[in-house]
Amino acid sequence: MKPESVEIIKVGIADLNIVRSPNLIRTSGLGSCVGLIIYDKVQEIAGLAHIMLPDSSLANKDTIKLAKYADTAIPELISKLSESGARKCHLSAKMAGGAQMFHFQASTDMMRIGPRNVEAIKLHLANYNIKIVSEDVGGNSGRTIEFNPKTSELMIRTVNQGTKMI
Amino acid sequence: MDYMNRISSKHLDVLKEIGNIGAGHSATALSKLLDKKIDMNVPNVKIVSFNELMEWVGGPEVVIAGVFLRIEGEIPGSLFFVLSIEQAERFIKQLLNDDLFSFHKTDYDEIGFSALQELGNILTGSYLSSLSDLTDLSIYPSVPALSIDMFGAVISHGLIELSHVSDFAIVIDTIIKEDDPCEEHVDSVKGHFFLLPDPDSFKKLFDALGVSDET
Repeated sequence: MKPESVEIIKVGIADLNIVRSPNLIRTSGLGSCVGLIIYDKVQEIAGLAHIMLPDSSLANKDTIKLAKYADTAIPELISKLSESGARKCHLSAKMAGGAQMFHFQASTDMMRIGPRNVEAIKLHLANYNIKIVSEDVGGNSGRTIEFNPKTSELMIRTVNQGTKMI
Repeated sequence: MDYMNRISSKHLDVLKEIGNIGAGHSATALSKLLDKKIDMNVPNVKIVSFNELMEWVGGPEVVIAGVFLRIEGEIPGSLFFVLSIEQAERFIKQLLNDDLFSFHKTDYDEIGFSALQELGNILTGSYLSSLSDLTDLSIYPSVPALSIDMFGAVISHGLIELSHVSDFAIVIDTIIKEDDPCEEHVDSVKGHFFLLPDPDSFKKLFDALGVSDET
């Protein structure tokens, strides 16, 4: 069999993109940020957003980067997926990230940003009736993730715990 | 962001001077600590997108040792001291006077971590006290915390506060390194200071240093 040429689509911080099988999609160096994947298993299409903040209500609305906030990234991902031919009823989600990279005595809101991102994403996914199939969130390790829309597998790499699939 | 559009070359010079004085004091402290000559580079001040910052020091996945602290008070912001793992190891070897030290030997973890943490405390402390002396502003640093992990995961922590209002960061990057008679010696220790002031801090900084009336 002729090997297919596989492209890896890279997503930067506060950005999002869509991938179609056999290509892969990846984002690197997630700390308190969360890498959210919404995918259609049947059509083998997936979208990944590298989300930094839980909500956009404090943001300057004129120049908003949709992928940066949980509340805006999720509808944007869903509409991009629909445009690419994904079926809304087939959508599922996986996510990783939301770590706490530094430990301080005084735990201000800013220091808890990872868990807050995760909570916000769960809330908004529930509003769209999208089920979270698996997740690897919290802890205090940075993560690099890569999603394969063909197998719906999410590869997670950390510095100290190697790689795993969820 | 409007504050970024208003930054002139004179402002950039002032930010460079901040990097210069801060890292200069840290270099002196490090030199005393290791009893070695420490050099520093001319500070690099840049307005960058978050992604450009992530690509610094070898990309978001490169494993580094980063000491981070929050600056509170009149000019809030974030300060990082970032070393590659090899460089961190070399520093610890010199601090502990133990040539066998390695992060890969688990029994060394605790003492290495604590030596690096202390080094971070001293260097960031001297950086900030010189900044406070220069500007005559009150600065309250948080206790520095150490993390050994992917650069992207570590540095993005310093972007949280900024990211509420902006997609860009003004970074004051100063490198300090061991003075090496053989130029470009690969082993010489090199550390980065990244100062990331919060958006509202720039006006106060410029006012304090007398360059606010730029057009």
